[in-house]
Amino acid sequence: MTIRSDRDHGQRYRPRMSCLKKLEATVVQMQDPSTGVKGTDQKLNVTVIPHVITGQDIVAWITKNMNVDNDEAQAFGTMLVAYGYIYPLQDHKKLVLRPDGSLYRFQTPYFWPVQKWNAEDTDYAIYLAKRNIRKKGVLDAYEQEEYNRLHKWMNHKWDFIVMQAKEQYHAGKARQKADRVVFDCQERAYWIVHRPPAQTHSAMDYGLDRHIDPNAEEKKTYDYYRRIIIYTQQAVMRSRVKSSVSLGALAKYITTFKNHDPFLVPCLPSNPWQTDDDSYWELNAPDVEIPTKMRVERWSFSFYELLNDPRGRADFKIFLKKEFSGENLAFWEAAEELKWGTAASMSEKAEQIFKTFLAPGAPRWINIDGRTMGLTVKGLEHPHRYVLDAAQTHIFMLMKKDTFYRYLKSPVYKEMQKKAISPAPHNFTEAQLQENMRNRRPSIDPIITWQKEQEEKAKAAAAAGPIDIKKLMASKLDRK
Amino acid sequence: MCDQTFLAITFGPCDNCSQNKPLMNIYLKNEPINYCSLCVELMACQGLAKGETTNTLKAESESLKAKLEEERAKLHDVELHQVAEKIEALGQFVMKTRRTLKGHGNKVLCMDWCRDKRRIVSSSQDGKVIVWDAYTTNKEHAVTMPCTWVMACAYAPSGCAVACGGLDNKCSVYPLSLDKNENLAAKKKSVAMHTNYLSSCSFTNSDMQILTSSGDGTCALWDVESGQLLQSFHGHSADVLSLHLAPSETGNTFVSGGCDKKANVWDMRSGQNVQSFETHESDINSVKYYPSGDAFATGSDDATCRLYDLRADREVAIYSRDSIIFGASSVDFSLSGRLLFAGYNDYSINVWDVLKGTRVAILFGHENRVSTVRVSPDGTAFCSGSWDNTLRIWA
Repeated sequence: MTIRSDRDHGQRYRPRMSCLKKLEATVVQMQDPSTGVKGTDQKLNVTVIPHVITGQDIVAWITKNMNVDNDEAQAFGTMLVAYGYIYPLQDHKKLVLRPDGSLYRFQTPYFWPVQKWNAEDTDYAIYLAKRNIRKKGVLDAYEQEEYNRLHKWMNHKWDFIVMQAKEQYHAGKARQKADRVVFDCQERAYWIVHRPPAQTHSAMDYGLDRHIDPNAEEKKTYDYYRRIIIYTQQAVMRSRVKSSVSLGALAKYITTFKNHDPFLVPCLPSNPWQTDDDSYWELNAPDVEIPTKMRVERWSFSFYELLNDPRGRADFKIFLKKEFSGENLAFWEAAEELKWGTAASMSEKAEQIFKTFLAPGAPRWINIDGRTMGLTVKGLEHPHRYVLDAAQTHIFMLMKKDTFYRYLKSPVYKEMQKKAISPAPHNFTEAQLQENMRNRRPSIDPIITWQKEQEEKAKAAAAAGPIDIKKLMASKLDRK
Repeated sequence: MCDQTFLAITFGPCDNCSQNKPLMNIYLKNEPINYCSLCVELMACQGLAKGETTNTLKAESESLKAKLEEERAKLHDVELHQVAEKIEALGQFVMKTRRTLKGHGNKVLCMDWCRDKRRIVSSSQDGKVIVWDAYTTNKEHAVTMPCTWVMACAYAPSGCAVACGGLDNKCSVYPLSLDKNENLAAKKKSVAMHTNYLSSCSFTNSDMQILTSSGDGTCALWDVESGQLLQSFHGHSADVLSLHLAPSETGNTFVSGGCDKKANVWDMRSGQNVQSFETHESDINSVKYYPSGDAFATGSDDATCRLYDLRADREVAIYSRDSIIFGASSVDFSLSGRLLFAGYNDYSINVWDVLKGTRVAILFGHENRVSTVRVSPDGTAFCSGSWDNTLRIWA
């Protein structure tokens, strides 16, 4: 069979099995007479089987030649056995590599898993029939089941199958006893790999076939090239930054967040998954009264971090209230709700937002430049999901570049930093850990938390109402 | 933290048909224009003009591609490992399996975390979708889908629903209930309809919209309540296997990876493919954004994971070893972005140092392929699902 293309993915050609080529290369190296794994002859009943290798020799070879440690070598060896390049002589149904004196042999290349053809049911039927002929009742339970199933489905060619089985059986008899034993072992190993026993899996199982056959050549008509041209043109014109700048930013992000990454620096008081104590989650709940110092620190990393944390956003709202500029955040939140909301509610929401934030003389009028305001108001004539995009971006950048920094310097934030708690690390004894494990606390169902949140929101919305600008300005003047 | 240019004007009158639609920013003879996706497609398909042949177009596309590489190379002044030299090395890691979740009767194909940091939803080959409290290992909800191979599942941001789909070509949303005896399948809502299997789905910032990717080569954005298609994304030439929404403050882009070896970045508003990377040698099984949203990682059948920088517009790191020859099925970043967890088809999970490019740990335990790896929302643990029917929480 000729290989149609050198790409290693294709439906009938064992998709996603390009690893097989690399495995084969390694197996060939392992069989090198001078540098490969050393084999010996093994006596089995009355025959002598040549080129038998032990599990520990395989692991030692892999460790040395592939520059890996013992665990990895054993895992790799198990892959070789699972894919059928090496087969066990004892306990032949369990395809793992045991790093001890267990005996293995290299599979003959004829029986290697290849990309080019599947192990066919016809061949399997012939194999089972042959074993049946040799000695009745030698098939395992699962094999007998398969045999019966195949007999039923292939009834129309059963004569052919039996004939082939008989031929192979006679051909086998003509061989030397030693060769026959070896061939039987090899064939048996092949079928264990491709037709695994019940309750085990086969490494040959690759999941679903792809829908679009990647080996099929894409039709390269003129529109195919046109699309590439359109895409590449805008890609060329796209602005990009120097690698030093962008990679520097990636490294800076890692350094900034290093202490907040539970995998790098243990979280305080302790990681609930490790100690079975969920205080960490209690202390960092979305609506907690006093947040932890780490959490408050995180709010200062970027405006996005502040907004993303519900507790941080609440604190920011308190600051904005003091500054009488809560309308910016309120507008941003309303625009988010419009963007991510259901299609049905869009025009209603858009109208509400226009009345509250954008109309001249609106109760919570936001201060955006004339051009953006013009664009937005025009777009609101036919509202759609992204109609507030320009205005929202403007307001967001305003908050990010100005209000956010003032917040960080404000007494609201500084007070929060002072109040924030720093929990002491847990120091559980072994006995306490066992106790914790037995008493893992369940948590409130998120549905209940969500319902509560919605109730709170409704209450707040009803209580707040539109702020009267006139009254507000009057009170400001009074203070003066 | 990123200052990605906000493309503010992406909706308005199309320069060609004047209808108010989401607009793509493209160039016609080096002049920027704003066309709607329909007009762009028409432009691509219009007949050959005078003097144009398929070959001239081919030559033009080749020269443009070369120009793009040239532009990218101009700003390629430093490598990631050089930047990483100044950063201190990581210590030893002790990551153990803290929970093993047994209950699926067949291969676990996908999982997702709830925002409460302890609940997860997982789906398997036999059509079962289970919601667990991973901390106590209790099963809270179970749904049996009418199809097998449920390859995609997602938890809603509110925690009140889950979405899943697979060979039925649909994505369905199941609202969860406090009543344990209620049959969740009764309230099921069919949202997405593709023409081939659903490979991945994700809620956007709310419960109201779902982004899906499919074996038919497209991604799509859907409105949950009405099932309406809001936007579709065409550009992959083979099955799309994975997608991930950008965590950045704008929340307007997502990345998808497919069997055509390409990873594409899309603008959700207009459907435009804004960036594309094709350096892998085989199918891309998984894509995930770096926590800052300025980069993303991919895991592929060519046994490598790669990091692509979006601002520099190129591949910046390859995570591979000679001893790793089986494909990576799933990748995810730790909270700071320093660690990359990757599950492989050789039953192991490799943990990579993102900056230095070295492997810091290899985790064994699963007895079959690792199909999915996800870090919890607060970064305290990660969960791996495998074809050995179990899920494991590692910390």
